[in-house]
Amino acid sequence: MAKQEDLRTETFPSGIACVGLGKIERVIPADEPPALPPNSELAVIGKPVPRQDGRAKVTGAVRFTADVSLPGMLHARILRSPMPHALLRSIDMAAAARHPGVRAVLPIASADDPQSASLRYIGAPVAAVAAVSRAAAQEALHLIHVDYQSLPFVVEMDGARKQAAPPVYESAEVAPGGHPSGYPAPINLPLKGNVRGPVVSSRGDVTRGFAEADVVVEGEYRTQVQTHCCLEPHGIVADWRADGLTVYMSTQYTTGVRHELAEEFGLPLNRVRVIVDAMGGGFGSKSTLGNYGRIAVELSRRARAPVRLMLDREEEQMDAGNRPGTWQQLRIGAKRDGALTAISLISYGTAGVALGAGVGFNAEALYACPNFDGAQHDVFINAGPGCAMRAPGNTPGAYGLEQAIDELAERLAIDPLVLRDRVDPSPVRHEERRIGAERIEWQRRHAPGADRGPVKRGLGVAQSLWMANVQLDSSCEVRVLRDGSVEVLSSVQDIGTGTGTVMAQTVAEVFGLRADEITVRIGDTEFPPGPPSYGSRATASITPPARTAAWRVLQSLLREAGLALNAAPEDLFARGGKILVRDDPSRGIGFAEAAARLRTDRISAVASRSDDYSGFRRRMGDAALAHQDLGGVQFAAVAVDTETGIVRVERVVAVQDCGRPINPRQIESQVHGGILMGLSYALFEDRILDQHTGRMVNPDLEHYKLAGPHETPAIDVVILENYQGNSATDAYGIAEPANIATAPAIANAVYNAIGVRLRSIPMTPAAVLAALGKIPQRS
Amino acid sequence: MINATSAIIAQAQGVESGSASAIGPQAVPITLNVNGATRTLQAEPRMTLAEALRGPLSLTGTKIACNRGACSACTVWLDGLPICSCMILAIDVGARSITTIEGLAEGDTLHPVQQAFIEHDALQCGYCTPGIVMTCAALLERTAEPNADDVRAAISGHFCRCGTYPHVIAATLAAAKAPKG
Repeated sequence: MAKQEDLRTETFPSGIACVGLGKIERVIPADEPPALPPNSELAVIGKPVPRQDGRAKVTGAVRFTADVSLPGMLHARILRSPMPHALLRSIDMAAAARHPGVRAVLPIASADDPQSASLRYIGAPVAAVAAVSRAAAQEALHLIHVDYQSLPFVVEMDGARKQAAPPVYESAEVAPGGHPSGYPAPINLPLKGNVRGPVVSSRGDVTRGFAEADVVVEGEYRTQVQTHCCLEPHGIVADWRADGLTVYMSTQYTTGVRHELAEEFGLPLNRVRVIVDAMGGGFGSKSTLGNYGRIAVELSRRARAPVRLMLDREEEQMDAGNRPGTWQQLRIGAKRDGALTAISLISYGTAGVALGAGVGFNAEALYACPNFDGAQHDVFINAGPGCAMRAPGNTPGAYGLEQAIDELAERLAIDPLVLRDRVDPSPVRHEERRIGAERIEWQRRHAPGADRGPVKRGLGVAQSLWMANVQLDSSCEVRVLRDGSVEVLSSVQDIGTGTGTVMAQTVAEVFGLRADEITVRIGDTEFPPGPPSYGSRATASITPPARTAAWRVLQSLLREAGLALNAAPEDLFARGGKILVRDDPSRGIGFAEAAARLRTDRISAVASRSDDYSGFRRRMGDAALAHQDLGGVQFAAVAVDTETGIVRVERVVAVQDCGRPINPRQIESQVHGGILMGLSYALFEDRILDQHTGRMVNPDLEHYKLAGPHETPAIDVVILENYQGNSATDAYGIAEPANIATAPAIANAVYNAIGVRLRSIPMTPAAVLAALGKIPQRS
Repeated sequence: MINATSAIIAQAQGVESGSASAIGPQAVPITLNVNGATRTLQAEPRMTLAEALRGPLSLTGTKIACNRGACSACTVWLDGLPICSCMILAIDVGARSITTIEGLAEGDTLHPVQQAFIEHDALQCGYCTPGIVMTCAALLERTAEPNADDVRAAISGHFCRCGTYPHVIAATLAAAKAPKG
């Protein structure tokens, strides 16, 4: 705890800007900047400034990992298991090693070690080769002789739950026991057959809650496996040298990968450098080093040459992560006025050979209900490992819960928005519902299936809940050089959200400069350690230390300017490229002029993220949860053709919050992305495994269906300014919350259109026609 | 999708069919006309145009994302028409002129579509962006005043996982209205 003299009290804006702002006092560290006024009073923050790397991206100049080419660089390919479950009996790489151009071979599976010999999904790495060209490496793979013993397998979750199902893991000891997706869960849960868990959570007395209920609704909901489909495949260029290891990697977390590499290869941290100039999407799947990362580094170590390993699209679909599929059973009890008395949730989900297939915490935390019981199970199947994907858990979970709430509203004969007003304690979502309802013209919503013609329209709504995450060790350096130019440095990477741009805006605001006058250097572990680009935490974690560091540098500059202006530094302020006297703004000197007076060639400060000024709800290792959650409400308008079964989403209205919005246009872009990924999840995407072979039948981008421009609806995005006075910027994230509510909003709208509820996604034309009784239900 | 890949390939193969002697599998010298310059390189006959651009020619602005004509990330112009450069062999290009994303701007002056993409934030991660820019710029070459459906149709073969389509459409319509410079 800081000493009293290290603290001071500041008065911050508080509340939702469009409702009316109040004030809130916070005790903050004395070396942090004063409270930032609301966006309406700021020059750069809150403005839609163009993204920093826009020009480099539209001209093709920006360097992605796939574009990195080093002298003498080799190309690697991975041999992958052709069988869903097999024991490797022997492997012979001699012929591959002799193939022209091959510089290193790496057996990965080994007959000597039963764990390494167990191959549990099609696509599991078996061996790897580095050669002078990708084609030569691919040819060498064909020369590797492997003897596999085929084992019984199961690739379908319901089958895997059965007692007689082939075990994916022989024992609890060899099966994954922890929670790989990063959110807290007990480890070493029981394993029965292929079922790990449950993770339980409960409060109150659910039995009594259901007894007290006037109505109880019950529903079962299913979600499919969704793959990330980053346009840039997973990839790395590894350069192992005697004096250290440098990797160029499409990663969401340079600092984390650096630590993994140091540990994995026994190197000190100061000999490991991770660089990512630009990354072509991640969505959760590029959070760690990954098996391909280890393979490339080991090949580079063996070959003593740089090695590039880029996965191809089929590898992406099979072994680069996915959003687990789920089955959820929800029961909700309520009084006649809508007050909830009990919620129970049982779920089974599958992340293939991995864990992390829960359905999140919507059912537990979104609505006020005194009694809750949750039991979430993971089911192992012989398929590639799942991993975090844009709001893991809560996206499939909201698909179930938000339909169950609508089903409850219908049973109670209460409008779905009115019911949510009664049971949702969040004042932010209350405002979001009001704004969204107005935009979508909720009053025109009719009774389910009321349209007469074959094309039936409907409206639906759903809500989201996500954690406001903060990475505690998030640091940033700000420099002012003698010519007045400014550099901002951190190892934080830009996943495509515009992280560098919001950092530039934050620093520009402090210095009274334009955002394009700030040079941001990120994506390199040579710079102070930045946060990961996952968990919607990059902006919340890195913009406060960026502002703090800039503010500290500014104090030095004001001292110089004060000498020139014969004024006290505290009487000066920076605006419009000048440093001015507060009481007489006609007096001042240019920012660059002040910098030219510096005694050293540059002045610099490094700042780290402090705790939220109101403290945290919970700390989890190197991260923490803010007190207030992130929300968001989305409305969908759909048209369902009851003759073809085609669902068209005509319009989506998204009302979201992320604390203080720093760049509204970039936020809008991210919300578009969340909605389109959710729409695609609701209607199209499906990883289909053939039960008889265990093979994915659509491991590409033409049979794995993604929503495209023709499926893109009209989208209205409204961003609330929600001030809490919690950090130097009070900004939080948006990427994940924007993805959670879309699929259930569409599902509720489809029900409203046709009067029949589909309880599983994707809602394909065949599924819609089957629900309407026009074709037989498929099992 | 408005993409001339298959037609161009058929045409190119027709042109080549006159020369009978087999070449390859080793690399052979070929000449490509890229962004107005004549470039000579060694290419194995199996090398696609996308690979030739990104490898020996170091024009990495053209991206490979699916490598089988499903996502259009690798779109370049062949004689002014947008094609998937992963779907044509470099050796089959012949004398046709290739324009890549690096050749779209005139010096420091961006093409109106590039400028509009920046102003409308029609990109996020940026990996699909060069391909989409090439397609939208080609649309403006053949359609002076496109509407939103024209843009949708033009880019319907492109995938953008970040979901930039709304801003891509807005940017392209704005570029069509921008004063010609």
